[in-house]
Parts: sequence; structure tokens; C-alpha cells
Amino acid sequence: MDKCRAGTSPPAGISHKKAPSRSRLGDVVFSRLTLIFGLLIVAILVGLLIVLNIDAWPAIQKFGIAFLTSIEWDPVNEEFGALPAIYGTLLSSLIGLLIAVPISLGSAIFLSELAPEWMRKPCSFLIEMLAAIPSVIIGLWGLYVMVPFIRNPIEIWLGSNLGFLPLFQGPPFGVGFLSAGIILAIMVIPIITAVSREVVRAVPLTQREAMLALGATRWETITMAVLPYCRSGLVGAVILGLGRALGETMAVTMVIGNAYALSPSLFSPGATIASKVASEFNEASGDLYIGSLIELALVLFAITLLVNIIARLMVWRTVSVRGTGE
Amino acid sequence: MKMYDSYFSRRQISRLMLILCGCAAGIVIIVLVLILGYTLVNGISYLSLDFITQPSKPVGEVGGGMRDDIYGTFILVGLASVIALPIGLMAGIFLAEFAGPKAAAAIRFAADILAGVPSIIVGVFAYALLVRPMHSYSALSAGIALAIIMIPVVARTAEEALRLVPNSQREAAMALGISRWRMTLGVIMPGAVTGIITGIMLAVARIAGETAPLIFTALGSAFGVQGLSEPIGALPLQIYRYALSPYSDWQKQAWAAAFVLVILVLGINIVVRLVSSRKKI
Repeated sequence: MDKCRAGTSPPAGISHKKAPSRSRLGDVVFSRLTLIFGLLIVAILVGLLIVLNIDAWPAIQKFGIAFLTSIEWDPVNEEFGALPAIYGTLLSSLIGLLIAVPISLGSAIFLSELAPEWMRKPCSFLIEMLAAIPSVIIGLWGLYVMVPFIRNPIEIWLGSNLGFLPLFQGPPFGVGFLSAGIILAIMVIPIITAVSREVVRAVPLTQREAMLALGATRWETITMAVLPYCRSGLVGAVILGLGRALGETMAVTMVIGNAYALSPSLFSPGATIASKVASEFNEASGDLYIGSLIELALVLFAITLLVNIIARLMVWRTVSVRGTGE
Repeated sequence: MKMYDSYFSRRQISRLMLILCGCAAGIVIIVLVLILGYTLVNGISYLSLDFITQPSKPVGEVGGGMRDDIYGTFILVGLASVIALPIGLMAGIFLAEFAGPKAAAAIRFAADILAGVPSIIVGVFAYALLVRPMHSYSALSAGIALAIIMIPVVARTAEEALRLVPNSQREAAMALGISRWRMTLGVIMPGAVTGIITGIMLAVARIAGETAPLIFTALGSAFGVQGLSEPIGALPLQIYRYALSPYSDWQKQAWAAAFVLVILVLGINIVVRLVSSRKKI
């Protein structure tokens, strides 16, 4: 500490006590400047909340808490409710996760435990490429390639074989919750895979060796020694994927069919919060209509905020547990 | 309890499950190949020089290109970068070099939350902040929306890159008696430049394909690029509009535009990853 006194303040990570004296004006100005830009990030976040609240205010004032439970969406009579959009958002994300989690965990296990060394990098690279494809292109593919395929063999088969379940009743449109869920699965698989691959890789080797030494097979080693060890990191990875799925807009808007109804059938067209905002915002007129759409965006913001904070805390916990554990 | 079954059946279960894990990875790669394959095949069949060099034609007329939308995408990305880079880089420098633990944790948290905000909400924000008061859709509002998406990504990757510069370099610079800001800009930043550029390029690739924040900020334009306070076209926006249109010629154009966008976005990704992975070895 004393050595640093001589001329400059100490390097990062050691101390931040104000050392500048006579000729260090430049340092003070520069560090204040970086501080201002850092605080700008916080300001953008706070500003976002404030501005959205102001613009949503006509709707918040008029509908109050009933906005969340009403199923009405009638621009002509200016009656707006969010329930079908919230339902659609949660349902499509749930379908997406149900498909994505097993595939992602399987891929992560394959990439970190099983694949021969030469395969790991190219495979990880390809999965990252899937994450890099713009959402609108996945939507385009979904609409013209996947949806017809979902409608004809898949929904017709499900309807005739499992049609006794309310989930698989109704005419097969192709566009609808099922297609939206599958598209969301495609979009979150790369994220969940990448995070859980890192999490699995961080499990110490001794954990596996001990299990193998007891005579366990490789699969038993994975399920009994590796996965339980990093459980909360894996949950964090899944929740991170959920946060992405809830807010995903373009691809879902293109394949969900944009109907505003509460239907238990996965075949039925629906809407998510994001798709509702994306498809109607430009046509909306009047403070109340626009305000209602912005309030929808606020609801989505609240949901994703909650989900992201939980995910962050869980990933952070595994990291700190790992940090103290070794 | 399964542990006490015969060793043979346990081996079989293990083998089966491991094969399933391999299949899971295979499914992901097949999906990728399907998406890219359809985009490339459908895109190339329509693509021509005219598509890149001609402006779009009005509804009903066959042909025309997306010159203005490609140009618009470059302008929007440039605009967003001009806004986001100084803010993101300076914030990253603050996080890595100057912040105390509490300030760093708070700003890092804000950056992570901002990065997790769905892009459509950022679009709504830009609409409420700029489009509504100015009573006009504009390239500027779209650029700001994209910049808000870019800032946290740039800040966090810059921070990570700066942290990788060994402390001995900081100590060596200080021992020579230069001031801290000159050390940061002249010694630390050059040491982290590969990592920072990698982060910036990946962020650029991401916002180049963003559509949701453009729908009610950029809007799209049938009259080419007119200025920052006027509506502007963008490639992803045009893909969205043409894909949902009932005209088969427009649908084909959507595929061609998707092809151009994929080449652009994946091209940046692949080049950046190849260069940065070579640098590490």
C-alpha cells in the first residue's frame, strides 16, 4: 500500500482508497467519467421502468388489477385484459422447456462427458451457431417448413391417437401453441446446453472417480454423482432459458397464429404477451389502447425480471459454493 | 435400488442412456442443418445481383430488390455502435479498473438485468421515449433501441477482457510513473483489444438480426434511406413483413433476404470465433 502512495493509486482489485494528490487531475476526471457511464446503465434500466409506467398509466388507472384477470381484448369498446396473453406466454414457454430440457441436458452430458475430444469443439461450435441465427429467420423457417409438418403428420396423429385428452382436441391448424413451443425449444436449447455444459464440466473429477470406483456404470456415475453435485447450477441454466423463452418475440409471433383466447388445446392458435405487442402496436390508436399494450409489456418485464434474478442468484450460488468448496 | 440389479442389465441401461444423450446432441445439429439448409436453398434460388442492387418495388409488381433495406441495416447497426461503444467500453473500464466491490456488483447486476430484458420491451421503450413525443418513426429511435441492447453486452465483455490482462502489466506501467488513465488507455486496453473486439463483433452480429425493437421504431420505408429522423428499412424487418404477406413473390424475397442476413450474421460469428480461438493458442 505504501509503495503505491509514491506516485499512483494501486491497481484494481487491491484497493480503491483515494490516492490522487497534486498532479492526478486526469485520473480523477477519467475515473469519474467511467463512473458516469457505468451509472448510465443503471439509469437506462430505471428510465425504462419509469417511462413504461408513465405511458401505461391510462390503462393501469382504468383497469387496475382486473387487467391481469380479464380475458377481454376489445379495441372498439376499449376493454382490455391480459389473461389470455399471460396464459399463452406461460403455456408456450412451458412446452418449450418440456422439449428443450431433456435435449439440452443430454447434449450437455454428451459434450462434457462422453464425446471424444475431437468432436467437442465442432459440436459446441455448431450449437452456438444455432443461438446466433436471428429469431426472424427461425420464424420464417418455422412458418413455411415446420408448421406444415406439425399440422399434417404430427397434429393429425396426436388428434387421432391421443384425442381423448383435452390437450390434443380441435382442428389441426398447424399454427398454435404447439408450434410456438417447439420453436421456443429450438431457441432456448443452445443457451441451456451451453450453460449446463459449463456447469457439468466444473464438477470435480474426484466426484466421478469415487463413483466409478464403487462399481457404478458411467450412466449411474452421471446421475448419482455428477448431476446432483451441480443441481442448482443446472436449475439456473434452465431458468435462464425460461427467461429467454418468455420474452422471445419474432419467431413466436410468426407461428402462434395470433388469436386471443383461453384454450386448453395445444393445437389452438393463441398469443403471447410479446406477440400481442409486436403484432398490434403499430395499428393501436388512442392512449388507452397503446397504454394497454405498454402495460402488457410491463407485465412481461416484471415476469422476466423475476425469472432472471432467480436464475442469476442460483448460478451465483453454485459458483460461490464451488469457490469455497475447493 | 437399481444398484443391486445384475451388472449386465445395468450396463445395458447405461449404454442406452448414453446413446440417447448422443442422439440429443444429434437432434440439435440436425435442426441447425435443416434451418440453414432451407434458408440457403430457398434463398439462392431467388438471389441475383438485382436483389442486392435494386430498390424494392410496390405491391403487385414482381421483382425488385432490397438494396435500401440492406443499406438501412448497416446504418442502424452503425448508429447503434456509435452510441453503444463509448458507453459500453467506459462502463466496462469502470467495472474492471475503478469500481469498488459494491459499486461493481450493483452496476454488473443492472447490466445483466438490462441484457435480459426482452428486445420487444426495449422497442416499446424507444417508442415511448422518442417516437411518441416526436410524432414520427425514425432511424434514430431504432438506433437507440439497438444501442440499449448492445450496451450491457459490450460492457460485460469489455470488463471480462480487461480482467484477463495480468496485474503485472499494471504494476509495470505504474512503476514507470504514468498516470492511471494513461495506463488504462495505453497499456491495459491494447492488451485486451482482441477480447474487446470479439465482444463488440458478436454484439454487432446480434443486433444486425434483431427485429422486434425495429417494428415500431424504424417502421420500414418504401422510399429508401432519407435521414435519421425519418423511417428507415431494415433487412430483418423486411423478412418479417414479406414472410407474412400473401404474395408468393414477396415470400420468395423473404427467403433471399434471410439468406443475405444469415451470411452476414453467421459470417461475423464464424470469423470472430476463428480469429479469437487462434489468438488463444
